[in-house]
Amino acid sequence: MPTVDQSPASIQVLTDREDQVWTKGSGKQFACDRKSTAGSVTQRACAFCGSRVVLYPIADALHIVHGPIGCAVYNWDIRGAQSSGPQLHRNSFSTDLAEKEVVFGGEKKLQASLLELIRYYRPKAAFVYSTCIVGLIGDDVEAVCKTVSRETGIDVIPVDSPGFKGTKKTGYEAACKAAYRLVGTGDTSGISRYSINLLGEFNIAGEAWLIRRYFEQIGIQVVSTITGDGRVDDLRRCHGASLNLVQCSGSMTHLAQLLERDHQIPSHRVSFFGFEDTARALYAAAEFFGDPEIMRKAQELVRSEIATYAPQLKAYKQRLKGKKAALYVGGAFKAFSLVLALRSLGMQTVLAGTQTGNAEDYEQLKAICDPGTVIVDDSNPLELAKFVLEKDVDLFIGGVKERPIAYKLGVAFCDHNHERKIPLAGFEGMLHFAREVAESALSPVWQFAPRRAMRHHQLSTNGGEA
Amino acid sequence: MNTVHLSPDLRTASGELPEGDVPEIATRNACKLCSPLGAALVFKGIRGCLPFLHGSQGCATYIRRYLISHFREPVDIASSSFTEDDAIFGGARNFAAGVDNVIRQYQPELIGVATTCLSETIGDHMLGMIKTYQDKHAGDGPPLVHVSTPAYTGTHSDGYYATLLAVVRQFAQRTSLRLPHRVNVLPAIMSCEDLRHLRECCEAYGLSATMLPDYNSTLEGGSWDAYHWIPPGGTSLDEIGEMGAACATLEIGHTQAANSQSAAAWLQQTTGVQRLALGWPLGICLADHFFTALSIASGRTMPRRFAEERARLVDAYVDAHKYVAGKTAAVFGEPDLVVAVASFLSEIGIKPVICATGSKQKQWKELIREALASDIGEFTALSGADHAKIATAARELKPDLLIGSSKGYPLARELDIPLVRLGFPIHDRIGSQRLLTVGYRGTLELFDRVVNALLEVKQSTSTSGYSYL
Ligand code: SF4
Ligand code: SF4
Repeated sequence: MPTVDQSPASIQVLTDREDQVWTKGSGKQFACDRKSTAGSVTQRACAFCGSRVVLYPIADALHIVHGPIGCAVYNWDIRGAQSSGPQLHRNSFSTDLAEKEVVFGGEKKLQASLLELIRYYRPKAAFVYSTCIVGLIGDDVEAVCKTVSRETGIDVIPVDSPGFKGTKKTGYEAACKAAYRLVGTGDTSGISRYSINLLGEFNIAGEAWLIRRYFEQIGIQVVSTITGDGRVDDLRRCHGASLNLVQCSGSMTHLAQLLERDHQIPSHRVSFFGFEDTARALYAAAEFFGDPEIMRKAQELVRSEIATYAPQLKAYKQRLKGKKAALYVGGAFKAFSLVLALRSLGMQTVLAGTQTGNAEDYEQLKAICDPGTVIVDDSNPLELAKFVLEKDVDLFIGGVKERPIAYKLGVAFCDHNHERKIPLAGFEGMLHFAREVAESALSPVWQFAPRRAMRHHQLSTNGGEA
Repeated sequence: MNTVHLSPDLRTASGELPEGDVPEIATRNACKLCSPLGAALVFKGIRGCLPFLHGSQGCATYIRRYLISHFREPVDIASSSFTEDDAIFGGARNFAAGVDNVIRQYQPELIGVATTCLSETIGDHMLGMIKTYQDKHAGDGPPLVHVSTPAYTGTHSDGYYATLLAVVRQFAQRTSLRLPHRVNVLPAIMSCEDLRHLRECCEAYGLSATMLPDYNSTLEGGSWDAYHWIPPGGTSLDEIGEMGAACATLEIGHTQAANSQSAAAWLQQTTGVQRLALGWPLGICLADHFFTALSIASGRTMPRRFAEERARLVDAYVDAHKYVAGKTAAVFGEPDLVVAVASFLSEIGIKPVICATGSKQKQWKELIREALASDIGEFTALSGADHAKIATAARELKPDLLIGSSKGYPLARELDIPLVRLGFPIHDRIGSQRLLTVGYRGTLELFDRVVNALLEVKQSTSTSGYSYL
């Protein structure tokens, strides 16, 4: 068997991707916002996945995936998005197309499926996701939706998301378009002048509840969290809010734009990750309303929250100081917050990448990173492994698909994806984050991992700390 | 009813119990995955092989994600990343570019190409594309093997067996030569530990086994000191090449026994390798068949350690029989697993009142009934079932126990009965790779888990809470 050079330097970055890998200080060009290179094992999913992720937490809607079974079943109840009431969204409904429908069309089956499901589950609305096959066989999904809508009296909304139509981002846009069909159809009476919508918040592990509480505490009404713990009726009336706060901008920018265009609601990009960004988000909203009382309350809240959590955080910082981190997440705005949060723990980000960041996001990310930091767009496991090794990182932040890259190489890992079950947003979330990081990075198990064992040995013979 | 623990499939949008006709047409919470996943699993068990899905990238990413959450190992699967244009005009260009890139980055020894629904539907001519590719490279570069796996004609289980056949057909040499003591083992979709134990059993009989696939170390390897493009392990192409010269093929899985198109059937027809069609060797009866087959293939009697394991297993059955007597279970998952579990349960006095699979299995009930070790009377056999149907049956029949994948958890929670996790996927517990269910030893492990799950119920629901049962 030929021996293959397995050193990190021998991992090639594919020619087509060379400009999607960038090192701060290199002066090179950087490209993003592209389709994935064929044969590069991209960590991205597809357009369908993008729309499914975004609309998933709308809990009182029926979500049915029109296509063969895989697309639907791989999404069944894997996400951490929580609902305070209905659990309908946690089912995986599919038309599960068989060969004959692929040949003769799946409209009939779709229609029959919708009718029986709507009668049985009595949802407030239904979303119908088109997958690749449906895009190809040319089912008139829109027409079926119309018919069923007429017959059942609820909104039945097509989501035009065949996977091949583009990246996850294309799917985000399809989701925004679909959700927007509900907007503006509800009664807005009783909505305060001091009111906001939270866009791009998915209520992973109850995060939306936490953030909502902050706003209510400072006297701002949250009309709709759109997706997180989402309800159809909230979406219908969300155009009554005065301001949109857009988190995870990649997924929801389009909806914010539509709301601005048709309902003149301005939007503001925020993040609720880390002390700094959470405080900034609250202040931004307070400032927008120009009410001194709101601002005072916001400051008070920030002060008291920080007073509660900062001391505990300090203890973690002492133990984590100097460690090097890699992060690979969905959107660049989150990456940006993570770099800051890690820095506040005394850690340095040496590798940062995202699946779907755009040029603007990356500019911001580049600006705050330290010289020498590698930035990657739409990366793959080999590239990530290469830089984990070359940069000798101690911690990797990513999702399930990145986890084995870290673990196999004896590197700590923190899950920062939709599948996690631990709230990381807000002030309290920062403490959870620090704990997550510390529990992995400071675990005694690494002393046995071959890549770490040597180092551990050296350190302990030097009398140093592992 | 306790609404907090109601399964999501049993609530309306406002959290109430639904009324009226139960949906029949839509699939609700499928009890199957799609066929390219089965193909990828086989490819992961061949040395130096990189799976490649021809179609859009979402399928590859989803399948990777699912396999990673079960095995907790890196699973790289490339795709030709179709765009809209490729979906309309065909994916030849992306295929060639994708394969080039895979070779450049991974230097694989084999590329395992499976189609997805999309490329199947547009009718991409895979063999033609592969040939064009190979002509261009003039025999340079790794071989490619292709399997057709449209998900709309079958499940992951079907994809798995179709891939076994495709690989064997392409690489096994047609020969009348016989390598003494060489056997082929074609496992079902099993855990890494199962694969290891199957090999160990063969070796104990002096047989050298070519196992296809053998992902025992590619999907459960050690901690690494350097990064591996493709995890070490798996069956080499040379070994697969020699499968045509083995003395016998041990083919595992009841569904395959009746399949005249199986890999083992092909080997028998083409190169005359004796086909020993076996069930999944779980439970004494089925394990006996397996060990008998090893005796036939090796000409040896059972080594003492297995005889001892068998004796201990019988002893355990006796020790615990009253704890399980009269209990009922619902079993769901891949068809071959379900048949075996049902057979095992019928040996110990538990009645598998529901036997369900997501695959559309012909003669499903007969298949199960034939494998039972005792007459259990009437039972519900569901084929082509989804989890909503399984739940409906379980609500009516009220089994004491569920046996199947993590996807049964909502039902277990609703019915407040234990779920003994088995099959695929298990992504809410650690150690799915190590669940042993083959041979006497594997049976004993499962037996202990089943009995203890029932004892735990007995204890936790008792008013006295004795620590001695
Ligand atoms: S399109 Fe087919 S192959 Fe792809 S995920 Fe869906 S069912 Fe599986
Ligand atoms: S078939 Fe299309 S929509 Fe479905 S998972 Fe694959 S890429 Fe996504």
